Amino acid sequence: MATYSDPPAGTFQLSQLINDTRYRSYTFQIIALIALFGAVAYLLSNLAANLQAAGLSFSYGFLGEPAGYDINQSLIDYNSQSTHLRAAMVGVLNTLLVALLGCIMATVIGVVVGVLRLSPNWLIRKLMAVYVEIFRNVPVLIWILIIMAIFVAVLPQPRDFRGEDAEASMLWGMFAFTGRGFYFPMPVFGPGSGVVIAVFVASVAGIFAWRRHARKALFDEGRLLPVFWPSLALFIVPAVLAFFVMGRPVTMEYPELRGFNFQGGIFARNSLISLWFALSIYTAAFIAENVRAGILAISKGQTEAAASLGLRPRRIMNLVILPQALRVIIPPLISQYLNLTKNSSLAIAVGYMDLTGTLGGITLNQTGRAIECVLLLMLFYLTISLAISAVMNAYNNAVKLKER
Amino acid sequence: MSDTHAQSVAYVRDTMLPEQAPPVSEAGVIKWLRENLFPGPVNAILTLLAIYFIYKIVAGSLPWFLNGVWTASSLAECREILQGTTGGCFSVLTERWNQLLFGFKYPSDQYWRPLLAFVLLIVAAAPVLFAHLPRRLLVFSAIYPFVAFWLIWGGTILAPVIALAGIIAGLLVFRRTEASGFATASLAGLVSAVVIWWLGGFLSAAASDVLALRPVPSRDMGGFMLNMILGTVCVSLSLPIGILLALGRQSHMPIIKWICVLFIEFIRGVPLITLLFVANVVLSYFFPPETNLDLIIRVIIMITAFASAYIAEVIRGGLAALPRGQYEAADSLGLDYAQSMRLVILPQALKISIPGIVNVAVGLFKDTTLVSVISMFDLVGMIRGPILASTEWNGVYWELWGFAVLSFFVVCYGISQYSQWLERQLQRDHR
Repeated sequence: MATYSDPPAGTFQLSQLINDTRYRSYTFQIIALIALFGAVAYLLSNLAANLQAAGLSFSYGFLGEPAGYDINQSLIDYNSQSTHLRAAMVGVLNTLLVALLGCIMATVIGVVVGVLRLSPNWLIRKLMAVYVEIFRNVPVLIWILIIMAIFVAVLPQPRDFRGEDAEASMLWGMFAFTGRGFYFPMPVFGPGSGVVIAVFVASVAGIFAWRRHARKALFDEGRLLPVFWPSLALFIVPAVLAFFVMGRPVTMEYPELRGFNFQGGIFARNSLISLWFALSIYTAAFIAENVRAGILAISKGQTEAAASLGLRPRRIMNLVILPQALRVIIPPLISQYLNLTKNSSLAIAVGYMDLTGTLGGITLNQTGRAIECVLLLMLFYLTISLAISAVMNAYNNAVKLKER
Repeated sequence: MSDTHAQSVAYVRDTMLPEQAPPVSEAGVIKWLRENLFPGPVNAILTLLAIYFIYKIVAGSLPWFLNGVWTASSLAECREILQGTTGGCFSVLTERWNQLLFGFKYPSDQYWRPLLAFVLLIVAAAPVLFAHLPRRLLVFSAIYPFVAFWLIWGGTILAPVIALAGIIAGLLVFRRTEASGFATASLAGLVSAVVIWWLGGFLSAAASDVLALRPVPSRDMGGFMLNMILGTVCVSLSLPIGILLALGRQSHMPIIKWICVLFIEFIRGVPLITLLFVANVVLSYFFPPETNLDLIIRVIIMITAFASAYIAEVIRGGLAALPRGQYEAADSLGLDYAQSMRLVILPQALKISIPGIVNVAVGLFKDTTLVSVISMFDLVGMIRGPILASTEWNGVYWELWGFAVLSFFVVCYGISQYSQWLERQLQRDHR
């Protein structure tokens, strides 16, 4: 464009604004800007008029008022006298909880399925393909509702655990799986348990230090130190020793059937469990495809080259294949995490109180502050997804092929 | 050869041995079984586990299918017929078939209209999907949206005809004035289309009963039909918008670029359900007080915005994947921006992005079930609401959810298989 000869100066005509490539882009941008401002101003003026007509105003004052509704699953203290802001915080934590649990389980299932899809076993391969295709091609909302229905219909009710010849019994006397939800034992930390935890954390740090030392010894001096057994010993022995030395300060509180329901222990509602399962197996189907694609993307020559260097199969996997495959797998994996987090907003369909259920559901309906609530809701999800994209970009830059 | 060694070696074979059959374990079924099902101890265990798993599923579901009851009128009657044996109560599907497909408000004597629209959809989609069908059929594909609108929503045929006439007039004017530049010609085309629509508005208001079908309001749509309507309408609307957004994001003009980037990143960062909340409770605040947009129109607006952001990202990938030489070649031919995009860049970029676009389309079709959360009665909404809550069918989970799974699976799997087929068809050996 820069090679055009300049037209004679001083003969500016209006038509140049659209026909001259030097000015045209400015013309278009200014038109776009004016159109945008016009549209926004029009919408905002409508908004103002409508709000005024409805006698509303735009304010976040309602967040400080008492919410007046109960939330049946909450990670922090909450009662119906708490504020709407507190309810929203409960929702945020619940969203993050189910997203975190879901990401972990989806990764585990997805990696296993993805690897099994490449197995030499024909039957397993086909079975996994069927799993992936079925779960990928049906909406996640339907899976959430189906799994909820299965939980309620198939699992026993707490009353089935009662009596001498009860229809249902607890697993090892610790876990109770009921249609209302799952009950787990809860650790109770007595006095002195801080020491146990501190010892445990220190021994985990010790494991990392030992691995580092072994690696350094291998690279610098060529000495091969054992890693697995010392790590395992470090993981278990000091913590167990401390546990007994301190006089068993950590005890378990088991769920117990009292009256018509279980008391004690950790209670996870069926809505949380079914949402967690459904999101995990749905997302795992996508992750399995990513894992499969990642492993297939590494050419066979890499395996053969590593084998010809004399590496054993496990080391080939750890040192040659995985580092390259992870570069391909991790970016789509992270975007699947993002999808899972966004899909967790479907919690509202099964009554799990995540942010969409509290802020976007009951708070919105009670206060009628639709615009404020939806705006906050979007802001929260936007923050999460921007944070995840930032992590992804950082990772991409870190593993980028360093070429000369 | 044998001659040369005849003296030095005791015995030289001079005829071929007859070919022998391979060992039993290395041939036929046994070889296949050994290699594919029992290659090692771990795999043998896995195989046995898988066989047990499949057996459990088949043994559990087969009697349920075979004993299924298809003619009862309520769950209680179903249980009476079954007499305690295992069996599905599929009569919920036969009895509520129309509700599952069309929702519970669509006038029952008009069911032929959406059905006909669906059949015509297949006819209209065929020439778009399969390139070897005669190109003249595309004319029908072009007028199909107007026919479908008339069939499903009813009203006078003049409204869609005038809409079509406006578009045709706009295109003709554009063709005539194209020589004077793309921007001018588009403007002229737009103006002439608007004039025709404006004039036609009087005509259709005056003669509102010409070839009129009984009008059906949007809120009466439901069932799987609603999913199909939302899916097809939103995907087809979001394609052109997505292309424009992608081009905008690639543009050298910073203001336009940033408008597009903000829009795309915002939409992609929030879940669809919050956008549906916007459609449900917020969007009407932004329109003049006297307008009363239907919920379905508001939902279509938001889903289209959602889909176009995702499609824009897919197409941006296609644009970025094109070698720079293509852009430069188009420039060196003296084509202006509109021409080079239309004739050189977009045909190639769109071809690259087909798999991604299909993925977005499948995802979007699945996401149309989310409208059940804002109390619209699509297939999922019908099952959760009117059917499962009715006294006759309270508790028939498996049959209904099985039907929902099957419906979505058939459509989505079909689309993804088509896209893989198309990818193979379009494969050219690129450098």
